[in-house]
Amino acid sequence: MSTTAELLKGAAELFPGEVVTSAHVRHFDLPLGAGRFALITLDNGHDHTKPTTLGPQSLANIDAAIDQVEKEAADGDIVGVGVTGKPFIFAVGADLKGVELLKRHEDALAIGKGGHDVFKRLSRLAVPTFAYYNGAAMGGGVEIGLHCTYRTVSAALPAFSLPEVFLGLVPGWGGCTLLPNLIGADKAVSVIIENSLNQNKQLKGKQVHELGIADAIFEGADFLEQSLIWTASVLKGEIAVERPVIDRGEAWDQAVERGRFIADSKVHGAAPAAYRALDIIAAAKNGDLQQGYEAEDRALADLIMGGELRAGIYAFNLVQKRGKRPAGAPDKNLARPVTKVGVVGAGLMASQLALLFLRRLEVPVVLTDIDQERVDKGVGYVHAEIDKLLGKGRINQDKANRLKALVTGVLDKAEGFADADFVIEAVFEEMGVKQQVFAEVEAVAPAHAILATNTSSLSVSEMASKLRHPERVVGFHFFNPVAILPLLEIVRGEKTDDASLATAFAVAKKLKKTAVLVKDAPAFVVNRILTRFMGEIQNVIDEGTPVDVAEKAVEPLGLPMSPLVLLELVGPAIGLHVSETLHKAFPDRFTVSPNLKAVVEAGKRGFYVYDSGKPELDPEVAALLKQGDTVLTEEQVRARVLDAVAQEIGLMLDEGVVAEAQDIDLCLITGAGWPFHLGGITPYLDREGVAERVNGKRFLEPGVASVPA
Amino acid sequence: MPRTVRDVVFVDGVRTPFGKAGPKGIYHETRADDLVVKAIRELLRRNPGLDPKKIDEVAVAATTQIGDQGLTIGRTAGILAGLPTSVPGYSIDRMCAGALTAVTTVAGSVAFGAYDVAIAGGVEHMGRHPMGEGVDPNPRFVSEKLVDESALFMGMTAENLHDRYPQITKLRADEYAVRSQEKAAKAYANGKIQADLVPISVRRTNPEGGETGWGLVTADEPMRPGTTLENLAGLKTPFRVHGRVTAGNAAGLNDGATASIIASEDFARENNLPVKMRLVSYAFAGVEPEVMGYGPIPATEKALAQAGLSISDIGLFEINEAFAVQVLAFLDHYGIADDDERVNQYGGAIAFGHPLASSGVRLMTQLARQFEEQPHVRYGLTTMCVGFGMGATVIWENPHFEGDK
Repeated sequence: MSTTAELLKGAAELFPGEVVTSAHVRHFDLPLGAGRFALITLDNGHDHTKPTTLGPQSLANIDAAIDQVEKEAADGDIVGVGVTGKPFIFAVGADLKGVELLKRHEDALAIGKGGHDVFKRLSRLAVPTFAYYNGAAMGGGVEIGLHCTYRTVSAALPAFSLPEVFLGLVPGWGGCTLLPNLIGADKAVSVIIENSLNQNKQLKGKQVHELGIADAIFEGADFLEQSLIWTASVLKGEIAVERPVIDRGEAWDQAVERGRFIADSKVHGAAPAAYRALDIIAAAKNGDLQQGYEAEDRALADLIMGGELRAGIYAFNLVQKRGKRPAGAPDKNLARPVTKVGVVGAGLMASQLALLFLRRLEVPVVLTDIDQERVDKGVGYVHAEIDKLLGKGRINQDKANRLKALVTGVLDKAEGFADADFVIEAVFEEMGVKQQVFAEVEAVAPAHAILATNTSSLSVSEMASKLRHPERVVGFHFFNPVAILPLLEIVRGEKTDDASLATAFAVAKKLKKTAVLVKDAPAFVVNRILTRFMGEIQNVIDEGTPVDVAEKAVEPLGLPMSPLVLLELVGPAIGLHVSETLHKAFPDRFTVSPNLKAVVEAGKRGFYVYDSGKPELDPEVAALLKQGDTVLTEEQVRARVLDAVAQEIGLMLDEGVVAEAQDIDLCLITGAGWPFHLGGITPYLDREGVAERVNGKRFLEPGVASVPA
Repeated sequence: MPRTVRDVVFVDGVRTPFGKAGPKGIYHETRADDLVVKAIRELLRRNPGLDPKKIDEVAVAATTQIGDQGLTIGRTAGILAGLPTSVPGYSIDRMCAGALTAVTTVAGSVAFGAYDVAIAGGVEHMGRHPMGEGVDPNPRFVSEKLVDESALFMGMTAENLHDRYPQITKLRADEYAVRSQEKAAKAYANGKIQADLVPISVRRTNPEGGETGWGLVTADEPMRPGTTLENLAGLKTPFRVHGRVTAGNAAGLNDGATASIIASEDFARENNLPVKMRLVSYAFAGVEPEVMGYGPIPATEKALAQAGLSISDIGLFEINEAFAVQVLAFLDHYGIADDDERVNQYGGAIAFGHPLASSGVRLMTQLARQFEEQPHVRYGLTTMCVGFGMGATVIWENPHFEGDK
């Protein structure tokens, strides 16, 4: 047995649950009399809903297939070797489940080395090799093709990416080394760094060709046939494949710098993967592939044994799995159909909700408000947004006509809601107002209609308390911007019944939102944690720590924005309001910052001015601040803030606000954009020992979002 | 309004390699619609002068219009092939003469002036859709003795034809079959066939059929070069004890697709499209369903009469070899020798296979090749027998004809 085979055998033993991909070798004569060809098909034996992945046994199968064609090539029995995938899928890379199981650095190293050892054989055969990217190709799938002499891509290919950095890895089976050597460092940085950090953006077949990753592109209908005819022409010398010369001068260094800038702006140095990838890309400038592969192996092993990747995989699985099957949701068969939606209020939030319901449910949506002008404005907003979608080509004229016809506005709730199945209110955040609105709606809406509230901090149970049928009230808390942030906190009031809750979850699914079931507790999940987090920042500022020290203290977390920039986005007035609500509920932990109050009262929309192009403390705000004389260091601030967050989450779990810590993390990822490398936040609090320090225990068992014990 | 009948030409035709139906066949895991789609795409690639927007019709024949051969396959195949949505399409069924009927039907529309150019072809995946799938013959056929029960089974109709012409012995049929295999092998060796084949990628997941994974098909699967009389003599006669019809002297059960471009001659010339054959006449005729193999004779009589030609004017014959006996009946009727070199020069369906509704265009592409090589020939004909007692004949003129020498 070769060393590679032994290496893979050892790795396979660590991963008994692998969905194994076969590497079928089939021979045939190429067209044009070009000779006998061997085509390797990667196929895990399932249909396209279970994409082909590459675990250790799969790599061993590819290795064995290469053994066969290597000999045939050496013996002159074949003129070339191709690699392609099952229908719709080329291969989507390493099997992450196998990565999660790895406990030792040497095993992690074996995964990287095993992939390299197998794939690089494709570039060393006695005949040219061809990759035919017929369908989705990601990570190791892309990389197997990069080791081939030539590549073609299907114009119908829907998704192509090196998503490793997005998850917390580097493209470590040749990607970091080969891609810049194939298409230049700048384009490689776009694929490996920029796309990955831009919500794992996928390339389409056309872009794969334009970037120069594929030498030829063919339409999906007869992609493989045309690829093989092209192969025959290449082998016969009738087509000469020309690739642009790579700029190995300053452009290479500039590309790497650009990558670092992108990484800094996205993860602020807090997650290592992008930087490790950039180091390898930088080193690849000299064209020494073997050196690059070794650097990839080391980076992979280090990252696999690091907490950021484990948190990243955990986060990815939360979003992909738990986010689609919400914990604690009632039987979906209890859900009632929703064929008409009412929206109380026609302000901006209400109009955004109307647009969302309209686009996703495609049922009549009726807006009401207190005067015709507001109603007209609300409907006008929705119409204008539909026109924007039309202008961008996202919908066609027929769809635009349909959607516009579905949205109406009326003053009379009885007229608007008499046949509505689901009515959501987005009026002023004041209990009395909301109770009155619900009472009015209940008087006119059908008995089965769900009454939903978009409240961000008021008690849903209290809101329902004066109704005849409080069992049909649910909290439906969206996050701004509604069209972008996926989270929807679904709040079960004390009396909410299962049918209403099931209907709410069914609607959430149609809205394509990530629904999380939360208890009717003050400010629910995201706002409670963010407010505690912000509150602690404000406390240290109020006590005397300079604003910039407080802000910098949490930079190592790599959050999407600094606390005060976030406050500006939310609006200081809203932030203040939520902190007041929470202060009322939990006066010992939530404070109301006098400085924030002063800023709000002064009518300031934020703490910063941007005249110089970057945020600087607004002198008018600076003048308002009254600080004490306790000056903390960044470390001290960070510890205080993290301790507060850990304490709050611990209490929330004790109170049963959500079922598990996983739901907290899912909320923070999808509602606040907290990063994968933190795993939301609890994996990070476990990793840094904060949870243990504050609560005396971890949030998650070792191995759930960390290297298993 | 005054009308002028327009000349109709066969611009070009292609086909997929034909496969053997069944679990081990090359197309066992390939959809029927994909076969015809790939043929249409190849046709368009070969004829870049044809602007797809100008195509007036896509007529696709299939005998069993179910599943991947259903859903108005002429329309769906057009969309799947990437034709503009403005190009319409429809389905045709005349069993074995489906593609031939697709050609004549669109040709009639071209002559009438309704179309300038159309795609006509056919497909039959007899592995996915065995003959007789889903049929529900009216019980009156039997109760009122409208047809004999054997009429529904093509092999039995071939035995019936042997009965009608006792001089057509099993030996003659076998000799004919051996020659068909020889001629086909020779045509392959001389590269006469491959030029009109569309390579098809095929997937195999069951190792019983051979190597698994994706492969590429570039040649007909049913061919049995080197077949001898001795090989054939021992074969079973599945349709009748001590019968004459065997798997060796009949076409098999096959999968495949064909497509052609049919246009007015003016359109072809204006768009720099090749003119491979000029349509002279076509005719269909019915015969007793029990001897459907006799069908080509009355159909040819009608077509010749319309054209004002006699059989002696025909320089090349492409006769579908559903059964050797049916070809021999035709040849005997016209006094043509069994081994006349004008007949099926490249071999026929006994060697290549006969995916029912697709075969008509195969006859045409082969005749078109022969016209090109033999400019001394002015007229040729394509003819086939059709289930339930029919025959179909198209007479073509060679545009390369150089005049009597």
